[in-house]
Amino acid sequence: MQKEIIIAGFGGQGVLFGGQVLAYAAMDNGKEVTWIPSYGPEMRGGTANCTVVIADREIGSPLVKNPPLAIALNLPSFDKYEELLAPGGTLIVNQSMVDRGAKREGIHVIMVPCNEIAEEIGDRKLLNMVAVGALLTALPEIKVEDAEKALEDHLPARHKHLLPKNFEALKRGFAHAQKEWDKAPA
Amino acid sequence: MPKELWKGNEAIAEAAVRAGLGAYFGYPITPQTEILEYLSRRMPELGRAFVQAESELGAINMVYGAACAGVRVMSTSSSPGVSLMMEGLSYIAGTEIPAVLVNVMRGGPGLGNIAPSQGDYYQAVRGGGHGDYPRIVLAPASVQEAIDLMGLSFDLAEKYRMITLVILDGSVGQMMEPAEMPPMQEAKRKGFDWATDGAMNRERRVLSSIYLNPHDEEQTNFRLLKRWKDAQASEVRYKEYFLDDAKYIVVGFGTAGRVALSAVREARAQGIKVGLLRPITVSPFPYEALDQLTGQAEAFLVTEMNMGQMLDDVQLAVRGRVPVEFYGRPGGVVPFHDEILDEIHRIASGPLAVQSNPRESWLARMTA
Amino acid sequence: MATENLVYERPEAFTEMPTHYCPGCTHGVAHRLIAEVLEEMGVIDRTIGVAPVGCAVFAYNYFDTDFVEAPHGRAPAMATGIKRVLPDRVVFTYQGDGDLASIGMGEIVHAAARGENITVVFINNANYGMTGGQMAPTTLPGMKTTSSPNGRDVETQGYPIKVAEMLSTLAGVGYCVRRSLHDPKNIRLAKKAIRTAFETQVRGLGFSMVELLSTCPTNWGITPVASLKFVEEHMIPAYPLGDYKISEAIKQVKI
Repeated sequence: MQKEIIIAGFGGQGVLFGGQVLAYAAMDNGKEVTWIPSYGPEMRGGTANCTVVIADREIGSPLVKNPPLAIALNLPSFDKYEELLAPGGTLIVNQSMVDRGAKREGIHVIMVPCNEIAEEIGDRKLLNMVAVGALLTALPEIKVEDAEKALEDHLPARHKHLLPKNFEALKRGFAHAQKEWDKAPA
Repeated sequence: MPKELWKGNEAIAEAAVRAGLGAYFGYPITPQTEILEYLSRRMPELGRAFVQAESELGAINMVYGAACAGVRVMSTSSSPGVSLMMEGLSYIAGTEIPAVLVNVMRGGPGLGNIAPSQGDYYQAVRGGGHGDYPRIVLAPASVQEAIDLMGLSFDLAEKYRMITLVILDGSVGQMMEPAEMPPMQEAKRKGFDWATDGAMNRERRVLSSIYLNPHDEEQTNFRLLKRWKDAQASEVRYKEYFLDDAKYIVVGFGTAGRVALSAVREARAQGIKVGLLRPITVSPFPYEALDQLTGQAEAFLVTEMNMGQMLDDVQLAVRGRVPVEFYGRPGGVVPFHDEILDEIHRIASGPLAVQSNPRESWLARMTA
Repeated sequence: MATENLVYERPEAFTEMPTHYCPGCTHGVAHRLIAEVLEEMGVIDRTIGVAPVGCAVFAYNYFDTDFVEAPHGRAPAMATGIKRVLPDRVVFTYQGDGDLASIGMGEIVHAAARGENITVVFINNANYGMTGGQMAPTTLPGMKTTSSPNGRDVETQGYPIKVAEMLSTLAGVGYCVRRSLHDPKNIRLAKKAIRTAFETQVRGLGFSMVELLSTCPTNWGITPVASLKFVEEHMIPAYPLGDYKISEAIKQVKI
């Protein structure tokens, strides 16, 4: 088994931490995992992305050109990864930040209004956890409970009071995506 | 100890601490700054020495001083900063004292960029500083390997009274992977019989790299070379993948080696008899292993994130007996595995001629 | 039986090695003052010296203490490395003006700014001695050297750097003075200053430096006696002697 995920968006949308939650959950499930950010000036507010590779053997390349799984939290990332996604792959799109639907055939594009769901929960910053929850519908190796446990075990103590809302964001994202899957032709 | 998710740079810092690092001197430069930042908190907490120096020149000479005093000491930097440290490295080599320097390499030459690169292989392996001196160079490809090699780097530096460089590209420094830390060692001076730690109740000692009489300097050079022969005989390390029946052999270190592993696996799945040798010590280099593999290989493919530097060492080992091909991405570009897979296909579809300079045909393909 | 009073002997902190310095050069005087101070303070067996690149490159041959030899200008950085891991040892650098005020300006300023508990003895003889008398940052305006053959032209070659004045502005500096080695009275004052500088260090009161106006008869091309006169008549007006910084804590120290 090997799965590659790219999470992309603006700096400040929680791209890197979203990937780390996946990495922690994979590690706690006994998997090999590599998390690698794009680093540098883009850290300071431009576009950001990270790649997470999960496998059950020694991981080779930490980077992937055509990921089977991706999250696009803004329009530039949607444009980029709709094109780069591996055939048959799944792209979770933050519907709140894009003004168009899917163009490409042969991939699954799941629209999730991450900002709105996060605002309903009461913290706009949780949009990344909504998206990660949605992604888990296409990543059976990690269950929502695994991601919750990863947050519980690895979130810094000063953020522990945010756990319930993070859990809610994961669940709401997952549920929304599940509905989209049910609507879409397989 | 359980596995934790460690960022490469921070893992290197903590692993050095656990190896008994007594003093750290550094200067901020991307993409290694997390090491400095981590140690600025960790070292004082343990009562160990930490100074953010005024420059890399200052840092390496603080390392030089602390190394003379006989403690485990290191500095870390990235390519342009390491260039500034070359003066100190040569002096440390000439003084025959142990020190560790980590280079989290970035794209160059010049200011270049901060993207992952392997462009400093020559500088690390061939010298960089003036004069004729050997040095040990370790090249980790993963966070766990970086942790393991930090402890080894101090042991080897002390065993051979020699600089050990740890070279990794920026992506290993920035990535996070599950890894296990070794147990903590105290930062104790080991009572080396050469250390200038104050002549209390013994003959005074002088540490210097000056030998005004050329014959004395020549003897010093011989001494360094003899010590290097011992290191070459005992310290070569590399990792093999699918080599048993391999007809085509890929050679790559660090991240280039990892990317090659993905390509080799895919080629294997397609039935191509290809294997990978990933050097862990690039100095001393695994010449002997490659020499032996030349007997079974129809061709070698060297892959690096530079314009072909380790390529020279592979060619030295293969000595023109079979073709050695090259694929590189210089300037801070990390190759994707399909690029290397394409190269494996090209080589496996042969026949190839032995070329004296495989960079020429590579450049022609890259710029076509 | 006549009794003899021993009034002069080789300090214990010296080895038996005769120095290589030119006749009339004041390096030997500066060395001796340091040796006497180390002996008087009883710290010879826990002192580590850092030699520079320059005429004093062989300083490690003359002092009977542990010694290291620094790259050109880097002695304060090396001393920092040593002192930080051996804080109970006495660590000093001995540097000339090319070493300290030109190539090593970054290292000296930042060691001082950090308040490193080290002692620096700075020999200002207005030229690069070892390489044959080239212009140094301290060369006086109009002074002829092998690289300013028509005299230092401040329009194109800049102005002298007053190191003691400059370092005295830094908060990390505990003791910073300028003395001269041109006559017995000033030599006595210089010794007292060197003693105070080392006392500053052993008390952990910060960075200490003594700048010593020195002679270089060989490269100045004049006799040793004329050189001493040159210091008095030309160097002192450009580099006034005095206490540029003595912290309150050090003023309390009685020697």
